[in-house]
Amino acid sequence: MSVAETTTPAPRAIGVETIGMSKVFGGLTALDDVSIRVSPGSFHALLGENGAGKSTLVKCMMGFYQPSRGSMLVNGKQVAVPNPRAAHALGIGMVYQHFTLVPSLTAAENLVIARADTPTVIDWTKERKALNAFLETTPFKVPLDVPVSGLSAGEKQKLEILKQLYLDQRFLILDEPTSVLTPDEADEVLGLLRGMTEAGELTILMITHKFREVTAYADDVTVLRRGRVVGSGRVQDLSVEEMSHMMIGEADIRESAARVAQPEKTLKIELAGLFADDDEELPAIEAISLKIHTGEILGIAGVSGNGQSELIEVLSGQRTPRDGRIFIDKKPYEPERDQMDRFKVFGFSEEPLKNVAVPRMSVAENMAFRTFDKAPISPFKGWLSPPPMRKRARELIAAYRVKTPSTEEPIENLSGGNVQRAILARELSGEVDVLIVANPCFGLDFASVAEIRAQIMDQRNKGAAILLVSEDLDEILELADTVAVMSEGRITYQSPMAETDRATIGHAMAGHH
Amino acid sequence: MRLKHQGIGMADTTETPGLAVQSSLGGDLMDRLRRSAEYVVIPLLALVFSGLLFSIFLLSLGKSPVDFFSLVWRGGFGTSFSWQNTLVRSAPLVFTALCVAIPARLGLVIIGGEGALVLGGFAAAAIAVPMIDWAPSFLILGVMAIAGMLAGGLWIGCVGALRHYRGVNETIASLLMFYIAVSILNFFVEGAMRDPSDPNKPSTRPIGSDNMIGVIPGTDVHWGLLVGVVLCALLYLLMNRTTFGFAAQIAGGNLRAAKAQGLPVGRLVVVSCAIAGACAGLAGFFEVAAIHGKANASLIAGYGFTGILVSFLARHNPLVIIPVAFFLGGIAASGGLIQRRMDLPDATVLVLQGLLFLVILVSETFYGRFSIFKSKGGTQ
Repeated sequence: MSVAETTTPAPRAIGVETIGMSKVFGGLTALDDVSIRVSPGSFHALLGENGAGKSTLVKCMMGFYQPSRGSMLVNGKQVAVPNPRAAHALGIGMVYQHFTLVPSLTAAENLVIARADTPTVIDWTKERKALNAFLETTPFKVPLDVPVSGLSAGEKQKLEILKQLYLDQRFLILDEPTSVLTPDEADEVLGLLRGMTEAGELTILMITHKFREVTAYADDVTVLRRGRVVGSGRVQDLSVEEMSHMMIGEADIRESAARVAQPEKTLKIELAGLFADDDEELPAIEAISLKIHTGEILGIAGVSGNGQSELIEVLSGQRTPRDGRIFIDKKPYEPERDQMDRFKVFGFSEEPLKNVAVPRMSVAENMAFRTFDKAPISPFKGWLSPPPMRKRARELIAAYRVKTPSTEEPIENLSGGNVQRAILARELSGEVDVLIVANPCFGLDFASVAEIRAQIMDQRNKGAAILLVSEDLDEILELADTVAVMSEGRITYQSPMAETDRATIGHAMAGHH
Repeated sequence: MRLKHQGIGMADTTETPGLAVQSSLGGDLMDRLRRSAEYVVIPLLALVFSGLLFSIFLLSLGKSPVDFFSLVWRGGFGTSFSWQNTLVRSAPLVFTALCVAIPARLGLVIIGGEGALVLGGFAAAAIAVPMIDWAPSFLILGVMAIAGMLAGGLWIGCVGALRHYRGVNETIASLLMFYIAVSILNFFVEGAMRDPSDPNKPSTRPIGSDNMIGVIPGTDVHWGLLVGVVLCALLYLLMNRTTFGFAAQIAGGNLRAAKAQGLPVGRLVVVSCAIAGACAGLAGFFEVAAIHGKANASLIAGYGFTGILVSFLARHNPLVIIPVAFFLGGIAASGGLIQRRMDLPDATVLVLQGLLFLVILVSETFYGRFSIFKSKGGTQ
């Protein structure tokens, strides 16, 4: 199946196999009899929705969890992996979705301190020689003497991979390695990795949900759903439709709402020269000026960390801008409660429990955040009456199909998709003129994603002006009427969707424009 | 059991839209009862456990825990005399516990209620001095009460403002401001406002026995206790049945969410702290107007600090504060009896209080861990 059998001196790729691996948490079976075989020198993709058990599986392989049943083979020999150190000793390494480098140290320092046997006093001349010799053997090139904080996301991700290679991990588990990269950076990194697997120097198991990456780079694929293997095989034998059907199963996916042509577009919301600082008081967004019309979705694309979250925070009142104004209907707007109500401004975002909900408060209470100070919940000024609040919550729970045992359940006990549906019910059940949305589908299952996107499109068709910030380019491509690209805190590119394409946007995200 | 580890949110995959579980009226009620039970059982278990720990402490001293607890019962609750002693000690605890409980709704931990009590008592005594010779007692008491509340309210209000506008940690600030409050009291009481006719203890001029607050008829307990109980009820309503309380709960639960709802977070913080400080200031007022008759170092009796324990034990619920204050007032009241009968130092009850506090803090981590308190339809 792979090139590993035709060994040359250098290749040291190893193969890993799990047999009947199961993991039970309390009453919950997260992994059910999962057997996968990753042969040496292959590039294997692990597909599945959020919660399908991908992370649990690799955590069992890495020794973070102990499987309830099942065993693991490395190069055909049965092994025990009681902890991550044991996994490292076997040559199994993992690159996480988020960076684990020390930002203030240089690449060279990061590499050397990562070793288990770093001496107390480091002989840098000797280490430097060894590092250079090591770098000769890999295709990855990263500046060694610049503090990591000065590297681009692509360079950091390469350094993460280099670190694993430097530690002699020849079986790499990559957890959505491209989520922080521009499309061009992603192609470069995956291409280099692909090259190393073809040379038999490395085996890759990559968690992903991007079919494009699977078809372009992987040899084999395994699909998990609800903790079980529902399909596997050679990528070349499978179509994207087949893989996506395996991932989703028979679930009923809502058709995305059709885009209705908007007869007359009037300017609804205008951002004029917004500046804001991040938590370290460094400039995060600079001179953001945008116009959104009624019935228009303005999508802001960009790699995570280019000022999008600060922009959303400014618009939703979570951060005070340093300069600039917001106008709605040509009138100045401040994100305060009375103005939000007057201009009918609503919004929701990723990780609602962190951003827009109170985890310990009940579903009913969380659903009342917009209405608790208005009749009927507040029959007269200042007073609050719980029965109408619960009644309203029961109506919304039914209308938005929120799965909860009762209105009194703390919202943190609901699943991710249901929390987001509850928030949607709160924000979209009234009349919406302006909608501010950030990564609304982050971490949700397919059914919820389709539902939420359809709701956003519905609001657009009803005439709302919508600002959609998303790190998922596909989401922007599906929903937006106009696309803008944010890079290093500025809007670097803007175009009507009809006049642009994925590649152009991708290049703009990388800062080429 | 609720599991929050990444990667095991399996429930996500089992949901299909259209299979929504309708919540019913009766189910909601059962659910609320089931949930409330948790808030009763866990603190009770914590009480029992700290009792056991304290028994070990007593045994290691060679004393009998049985004797101790029966003396606590007799000294605190056994007779009508001990009950009245208990209630007198409970009154300031009710107020100082409110000083912790109200900001706690906003996620603030204010531990400097003692400072607001001291300043409130001093302000009440000080404002009475120029009025003693001419004003009727109801006017003097009214002005004193307002002065006490204002002083305490401003004091803790400052803590809230520092917190919100300058990011100063409210716990440290309120604690340090307690020392400033004591210094202010000493500065005036030993200087400009010292009563020259009292050679023993530096004090302000007494407000006079005619102007003192009387006792509830048929008891030795002053009216402060009743005011405290009423205040607890009012603040319970404020925090649970008003939009102000609801907004405070949102801000306390998730500041980002509160801001995204356009709620005036700064105002909520400062007003809540000011209310809290006014409560502690009232405690100072009652100590002056009902017990001491003047302001001096006796105001610094530790009620503000015991109030922290009361509020935590009551899980910051104003209604629960009342019985808990009685309970801790009773333990304090039995201190003298225990000292005499068991030959134990006065501070022994402080050891019990300290253990209680520690166990209560640890018990906070057990909420949500027992499936018996979960709703039957559990989602995860």
